[in-house]
Amino acid sequence: MSASAQGPASDARSIRVVLPVHLRTLAQVGTELRVELPAEAPVTQRTVLDAVEARHPVLRGTIRDAKTARRRPLVRFFACEQDLSHESPDAPLPEAVVDGREPYLVVGSMAGG
Amino acid sequence: MSRIRVLAGTKKGAFVIESDASRKDWKISGPHFAGWEIYHMKASPVNPDRIYASQTSSWFGQVVQRSDDGGRSWEPVGNAFGYVGDPGTHQHFDGTQRPWEFKRIWHFEPSPTDADAVYAGAEDAALFHSPDGGRTWAELPGLRGVKGGLWQPGAGGMCLHTIVLNPNDAKRIVVAISAAGAFRTDDGGTTWKPINRGLKSQYELPDPDAEVGHCVHHIAAHPSRPNVLFMQKHWDVMRSDDAGDLWREVSGDLPSDFGFPIEVHAHEPETIYVVPIKSDSEHFPPDGRLRVYRSRTGGGDWEALERGLPQSHCYVNVLRDAMAVDSLDPCGVYFGTTGGQIYMSPDGGDNWTAIARDLPGVLSVEVQTLR
Repeated sequence: MSASAQGPASDARSIRVVLPVHLRTLAQVGTELRVELPAEAPVTQRTVLDAVEARHPVLRGTIRDAKTARRRPLVRFFACEQDLSHESPDAPLPEAVVDGREPYLVVGSMAGG
Repeated sequence: MSRIRVLAGTKKGAFVIESDASRKDWKISGPHFAGWEIYHMKASPVNPDRIYASQTSSWFGQVVQRSDDGGRSWEPVGNAFGYVGDPGTHQHFDGTQRPWEFKRIWHFEPSPTDADAVYAGAEDAALFHSPDGGRTWAELPGLRGVKGGLWQPGAGGMCLHTIVLNPNDAKRIVVAISAAGAFRTDDGGTTWKPINRGLKSQYELPDPDAEVGHCVHHIAAHPSRPNVLFMQKHWDVMRSDDAGDLWREVSGDLPSDFGFPIEVHAHEPETIYVVPIKSDSEHFPPDGRLRVYRSRTGGGDWEALERGLPQSHCYVNVLRDAMAVDSLDPCGVYFGTTGGQIYMSPDGGDNWTAIARDLPGVLSVEVQTLR
């Protein structure tokens, strides 16, 4: 049985991720999903999104450009009431995301009419 | 007993509309992929239950969906569209050069002989090929070598929207790109040449006879005579009898030679259909009357078809990929509007009826005749 089905292994970190509704439909997941990172791995936007895409390959190219891995222009990233969209993808995520108290939010930006 | 399946891509999802050969009672399923723009859906001629759908969003990019059961269920396949090498730059609206950047797929063209092979036309303009049912895609980069740096976007983007496969010669492919023109390969996509001789763009280009830069809206061909091409251009309806080497104008007595779709009758290769709209700045039918125009002489002489279509206060448009024919006898003609209606004629255009009235704006219509 996988660690995710039992809850996180003691040496792994379980990161909560919330996707916008269209991507939940595409990936066939509920409101919130969890991805696990090894305890020694940095918890950054890049490592979390890499884990999300590894678990749900259909999301490759929908959040980040498939070739450059840059954030798609109308997708934004929030956590702990902060807009992380313009932060370095390799910057550490807030501790509350790392320890599972807060989710990492992928949001479709307000745009259009 | 034959059946008809209409594949409609709209601004907010995909719809599959089916009838038996009587074409009287239509059953609509959908929306599939609700809320997403579906630029195009098209089925394999070899395996009619295999349908490709271009699911696209300004927010979340491109998803290629495939159905292997006639549109009842769908599976996302490959969405990795990468240009070969350093793609360089092309002209932008402001005259500067911009890097080539993939945005979406406008058109799928499945192979007439191989159920796993399919071409895709992209924005920014490029032609991609998949040999494995859409799981992986590879660009045919020679196309961009034909003065690609001079191509610039049309109002809808710099899109490759038309792919005409020659059923008698797998190495001959014709494509069209908005505000770039028409191009042809005779070696399966390795080398390409512009096929824009005879096109004139006196109000849009400094050189009206330029080799590239013409705004081609759509090209159609009849399978029995694939080297006879019909083109709806930004202005002008054109015809070529030599696979695009030379074009001549056949706008004739049309009330406006501006429009987007052009289609050929299933059994009469000299019978063609267009939907004129008033101008490039007023994308609606002249006099608020929605009329399809038919020529039975391969262009030049046109008749207005209006029976069953709204003849007052109608201000919809019909987009380039939103017209198609079935292959029953008599031939059925179908088109979708930006107002969300899909109209069908069971008799080659003489009489029309709406088979759907309140869909989101229709982006594309394809029709399958299932035996």
